[in-house]
This record gives sequence, C-alpha cells and structure tokens, in this order.
Amino acid sequence: MAKYGLRTVALVYLLFLLVLPVGLIGWRTFEHGAGPFFDALSSHSALHAFQVTFTVALWAVALNTVFGIGAAILLVRHSFPGKRLLGALIDLPLAVSPVVVGLALILVYGRFAPFGGWLENHGIQVIFSTPGMVLATVFVSLPLVVRAIVPVLEEMGDDQEQAAHTLGANRWQAFRRITVPGIRSALAYGIVLCLARALGEYGAVAVVSGRLVDQTQTLTLYVEERFQNFEQPAAYAAATALAVIAIVSLLLTKLLRPKDGDR
Amino acid sequence: MGIEVRGINKSFGATPVLRDVSVDVASGSLTALLGPSGGGKSTLLRVIAGLEQPDTGTVVISGTDATRLSPQRRNVGFVFQHYAAFKHMTVFDNVAFGLQIRKRPKDEIRRRVGELLELVHLDQFHKRYPAQLSGGQRQRMALARALAVEPEVLLLDEPFGALDAQVRKELRAWLRRLHDEVHVTTVFVTHDQEEAIEVADTIVVLAGGEVKQTGSPHEVYDNPADPFVMRFLGPVTEIDGQLVRPHDIELSTTPEPGTTPAVIDRVVRLGFEVRIEMRLRDGSDHEAWAQVTRGIVESLQLEPGGTVHVRPSPAARSLAVT
Amino acid sequence: MALSSTSTGSGLAPGPVRAVRRRKNPGTMLGLGTALIYLSLIVLIPLAAVVWKSTGQGPGFFWKAVTTPDAWASLQLTIGASVVVALVNLVMGTVIAWVLVRDRFPGKAVVDSLIDLPFALPTIVAGLVLLALYGSDSPLGVNLAYTRAGVLVALLFVTLPFVVRTVQPVLLELDRDMEQAAASLGAAPWTVFRRIILPNLLPAMVSGTALAFTRSIAEFGSTVLISGNLPFKTQVAAVQIFGQIENDNAVGAAAVSTVLLVVALAVLFALDLIQRWGARRG
Repeated sequence: MAKYGLRTVALVYLLFLLVLPVGLIGWRTFEHGAGPFFDALSSHSALHAFQVTFTVALWAVALNTVFGIGAAILLVRHSFPGKRLLGALIDLPLAVSPVVVGLALILVYGRFAPFGGWLENHGIQVIFSTPGMVLATVFVSLPLVVRAIVPVLEEMGDDQEQAAHTLGANRWQAFRRITVPGIRSALAYGIVLCLARALGEYGAVAVVSGRLVDQTQTLTLYVEERFQNFEQPAAYAAATALAVIAIVSLLLTKLLRPKDGDR
Repeated sequence: MGIEVRGINKSFGATPVLRDVSVDVASGSLTALLGPSGGGKSTLLRVIAGLEQPDTGTVVISGTDATRLSPQRRNVGFVFQHYAAFKHMTVFDNVAFGLQIRKRPKDEIRRRVGELLELVHLDQFHKRYPAQLSGGQRQRMALARALAVEPEVLLLDEPFGALDAQVRKELRAWLRRLHDEVHVTTVFVTHDQEEAIEVADTIVVLAGGEVKQTGSPHEVYDNPADPFVMRFLGPVTEIDGQLVRPHDIELSTTPEPGTTPAVIDRVVRLGFEVRIEMRLRDGSDHEAWAQVTRGIVESLQLEPGGTVHVRPSPAARSLAVT
Repeated sequence: MALSSTSTGSGLAPGPVRAVRRRKNPGTMLGLGTALIYLSLIVLIPLAAVVWKSTGQGPGFFWKAVTTPDAWASLQLTIGASVVVALVNLVMGTVIAWVLVRDRFPGKAVVDSLIDLPFALPTIVAGLVLLALYGSDSPLGVNLAYTRAGVLVALLFVTLPFVVRTVQPVLLELDRDMEQAAASLGAAPWTVFRRIILPNLLPAMVSGTALAFTRSIAEFGSTVLISGNLPFKTQVAAVQIFGQIENDNAVGAAAVSTVLLVVALAVLFALDLIQRWGARRG
C-alpha cells in the first residue's frame, strides 16, 4: 500500500541520515562506560574550551536579547519609512555563510584594517580574541530573538498596553508589567534558540578566533582540532557533550514554542 | 461640563476621519456616540482618552485642558471593545492594576477591588484568569478595572460589540443601572441604534467624521435633523416624496385630504403588530410599508389585493427625501 | 417598536477597521538609530567590506579572483551539489511532512522532534557524526570520506528540516473537506493529490526548497571533516574561502564570498516575490 511505502521511505531516510549517525557517536563515546567520557571532558583544554564557549555565548545572547526585544517592538509597534527593509536586514545574517561572516569581521576589525588598527592602538584587540568571537556569534544568531518575539507581539496587539496607559501606567511600567509578561514564553524560546546557536557556532568563530589552543578555542573548535589530531575519544566526548546540549535545548524549545490556541 | 470637545480634526494619512467635531458631554450624563462603522466615533473616543492625538482642536475634561496630556495623566477609564484583559493576571490583579500603579496601600487596594468586584458581580471569580471567564464576565471585569481608578470620565468602545445577543441585552440594562449607581460621566460608542436609545440619555450621531445631530434619544428619533439620521435611527418608508416612520402612517379605506392610493401586496402578522406591504398608485409604483396594529387591520379589513389610502400622520415628523 | 428592522447590523457587523496609527515620536527615531548602529557595526559594514574588498579594484580583478581554477571548481561544486540537495529535499521533505501529518504510527512524536535536530546540532558535530558512520571505519562498510557523495550527505543532513517544517503546517491546515469534495466528484486519489493537494502545498514546498538551497551553498562546518578539503574534488566554496583566509588571500576569499552572498540574496529575493505573488492569490 502507498501509505506503508511512504512511511518506510521516510523512516529509512531519517534512519540513515539522522538516527544512525547520531546514535553511533553516542555509542562510540560510551562504549567503554561513562568514565572515559568524563575524563576526556575534564582535561585542561576541554574545560578551558567550555569556559570560552560559555563566555562568548552568554555575551552574544545578552546582546541579541536586548537588541531583539528593542527591534521587535520597533518593527511591530512603531511605524517609520523603510520598515520592511529593516526587517530584511535583520534576517540577512541567515543567508550569509559562517565563513563569510568571519571574513567580513576580519576585514573591518582585523589588525590591518583601518578601524581594527585604530582599536588595537587603543588597546582593544577584536580579532583572535573574545570580542571578535562575540561579534561573530552575535552576527550568526542575530535574527533569532527578534523573530521569536515579533509574531507574539503582533498577535497580542497593543490594546493591553493602551489599557495600562489609561490606568495610569507610564511607558516603562506598561512595558515591564504588560508587554514583558505577554511575550515571556516567546522570549524564552528565542533565547534558547539563540543560546543553542551560539554554543554550537563553528565556522565564523573558526575564522575570527585564530583557533589558538587553550586561548580562543571553543568546544566546537576543540572537537575539530582533536579529531584532526587523531584524538578521537576526546573529539567524540566533546561532540557528545555538544549534542546533549543541542538535544536539551531542542526539548526546551518544544516546551516553550508558542502554540496556536494558547489563549 | 464633563467633557468639551472643540473643533477636532483628525486624519489617518490622507483620509480625514474627524472633521471639525465639537461635542459637549454633560457631567454625570450617559452619552452614546452612535454611527455607522467608519464614521469616526471610535476615533473620537480615543481622542478623548488621549490614545490618539488630534491634528487640531482641544479636549477639555472636567475643566482642564487635556489635549496635550498623555493617556496616563487624563484619569479616564477606558473599556476596550475586545476588553484588553491582562491575560497573565488574575481578575483581582487586573482590577487592582491602576491602584497598584498609583501606589495605594495594600489593604486599601484589597478593599476597593473587593467592592468593585461585588459591584460587577465577579467577587467569586477574583482568582481566575481572563481565559477562564465568559465574554460578558470579561467585559464586566474590564469595566471594574476602569472604574477602580475613580476616573473623571468613563469611556467605552463598543462595549457590547463582541458579545452575543442575549448577553448584550442583559449588559445594557445592567450598564444603565450601574450608571445610576456610580454617576460617573460616561461616553460609549455603538453602531446599534437600539442600544443607544435604550441605554443613553444623550445621543451624538456621527457619520462621515461629522456630528450629524445631538439630542436625547427621543429628539433624535422623533425629530431627526436629516434623512440620514432618520434612516439610521429607525425604520423608514417613503410616501409622496416624504420619509416617514412606518408606524406614523395613517390608513383609510376612502380617499382623504393628502392621501395617496396604494394596492396591498402582503399583510404580515408579527403578533400584535402587522406589516402592510404595498405599492403606491401615484404613478410611481413605489413600494412602501406601514406598521399597524391588529385592530386596525381588522376594522379596515385589509387584505392583499385591496386598495388603501395612506398619508403621513399629521402629528409625526416627516422629511423630504433628498 | 420594531427598531431593529433598520439596524445597520445587530452585533455581527465588524467594528471599524482601526487604521495603523503613526507614532512619530523621538522614541521611534532613537530606537531606529540604535538598531541601525548595531546592525551596521556587526552586519552591514563588515559585509560591505567583503564586497568592497573583492570589487574595489575593478571588475577585472573580481573576475580573475573568482575564476582561479580552484575557486571556480569550488563554486561549481557548491552550486551543483546545492541544486541536487534542494531537489532531494523537495521530494523527501514533502514525503516526511506528509507521513508526519497524515500517517499514524507508534513513535511519531519522537520522529517529529528528531526533525529539528540538524538545526540544533553544531555543524562540526554533524560532520563528525556522519564521518563516524560513513567514514573509513564505517560499521556499514560505506566509506564516503573525501568523496562528493559524502559532501552531499552532509548537506542533506543540515538542510533536512527546511522543507519538512515549511510544508508540515500547511498540510496540517489543509482543509480535508476539499479532498473529500474532489473525491465525491469522482477524482481518484492520485488526481486528488495532483489537482487539490499539490497546488496548495506548492508555495510552501518552493519556499522550503529555496531556504534549503541558500543554507546549502553557505554550509561550512559539516563539510569540513567529511570532504577532506580536496581542491577540484570535494572542496566546497565555504571551505575554499576558509583556505584563502588562512593563506592571507583576502581578495580571493572576498570574491568567492561575494558570489555566495549575491546568489543567496537573489534566491531569497525571488522567493519573496513568489510569496507575495502567492499571497495575492490567497
């Protein structure tokens, strides 16, 4: 029957493309128990990579959350010429290859670029250092918070905010007591998406970090470096750790995703 | 004077929505802004509340020029058509919101909210969320929320527009009684003339962004300023180039001064009242109808195919059709 | 009195359509200014620098940089592979969406959740994972390492969710009554699919495919390990750019980058036009 045929085709495709590869890496990591996994992750370099990854990701998420809320309110609640264009510009990073992101940042903030050189003379090193990695991560995850909030803000309308104003609330009070609670779950959803993207970013960070072991090496860079150096257990362990983070954030987004008929 | 609106003009882009609108709302009155959709009535209400800025003109609330005041400083209570309930707050917190913003003491807030919830018959629902309330309950909660801050004026935008017919009827009578109790200057927007006549003590008819007429329900119904208002406020029919209310038509079996002959098409009995549908035999063959009692039908023996002679009742107001 | 007989609408009439209100206040301008500065510093100026770097010395230079043998080969491979990937996604994505919406089997919810995994998984991990199964010590005995097939598999992995996730909601919303009406008019299942379902799904299928294509031409992380970075054979454009950056050939890197940017933007622009055309048709 056609029904079983389609089901088989779909499931076999997913099995070989998705389930077997991801499952295999988990099995490879844990085939000798959890001990080697934790040993591999507690090496100095791995711990340092964790620390760099989280530092960069938290900065990027913080920046994009503030920007995301502001931009979403701007796009939904205000009107100005060029609004469509602003929306398109915010989505632009999704169309850019991570490597191009890295190159673009180097061309502006690198030591031999006018602006980067000027910054360096003032003691701020961007490329091959944390600020550059934060910039790269912000770039690739820029639209995620905005795009999570915009539909909810639209659907919420501004009636509740106006009601708050007529009841004596000023803008800040209306924002804090009405708007923020109204978009809470969408905001959390956007932040989780952004965080997952930030923790997992590889290409852009690979370019701007200079991949300096124990200095600018994030977890994803660590995976690649260990694998190329034939230290597969370490690479697999870090990859599994990243996969676990990805799966947890995936489950979180399932919980937080604004559903239809929520009201 | 409760509210004085003077010379308001307002456009959205190139479309004028209010043209030189001036309205006086007496202190303590219950005024209806009545008009067809797109007539500018909601915009006028929002201008009074400060939710829209007029292009020109002034708004004076209780003797204070409020034209440049932001909504939060006008001390108006606004009830939104779709309630604008704060979805993430309980009924109690919704009603308490304005008082919390004003930093009133906790026990005062508790007492005042309790009183208001009793007033709107929601005292048992104070822990519920808006999603757990019916439309009518949400509307009453929105009303209590607006009243909590003891507003100078209460503004309601199509307050019953989103409710079903039965609940609308109940809430209308209830709003009238509530107003008799709290006496706050109240303005509500409606496109339903029956609602306006039943609830309001003053009606302002707005159409095409202009005030067409202001007066008591009785005045605007019986003495409409123009054919538009006449048509909008109630049923009309046309006899001899005159617009007449169908219940203001006199029928006779013989020609009388000023009557027009007509042939009866249908006699529709709607209980006590009867609709006589007819065709005028004045050379125009116009269709017209009269609303009469069963007694008249029987005494005149009106039947389809029969001829009657009709004229507007001399006591009633009729308007030339233009 | 029977006043309601000329009522303009008893409760059912919609309220006045509220015009979009204009808030032209200093707040808007301040917010807009801040947003533009943020976007400029992080996105716009850097991207402009890429385009400037590659074209600033004239079109001849640009053309030369793009047509160096390895750059040209990598672009050809990237575009070609992405077309194949997009088409496979068009078919398989639609089939998977169909199965997820119309079929019922135990574990469907789990399968549905799995679809988003490629979005959540870091690309380098995706590459590593695929290499573990399809690499030199493949337990299946299939070695795709350093082959174009390996590159294709990596691109298929990372682009899997696009078509599924654009087609699925449309299919869910699709009115089953329409299909039943067609069937009652004598249409066979295949005819119902072709004449009723497919036209309704097509916009979503096209947009998912276009998104998969743009993602595919930009992809870097998942292809790094499995491609082995062999110029003329498995080196995709993003990897080629990376190599040029490592070799301090900024102009060459910028030129290929510009091509990728232009192709992605052209596809997205065309998609936007198609969607607006579709929206007009309702």
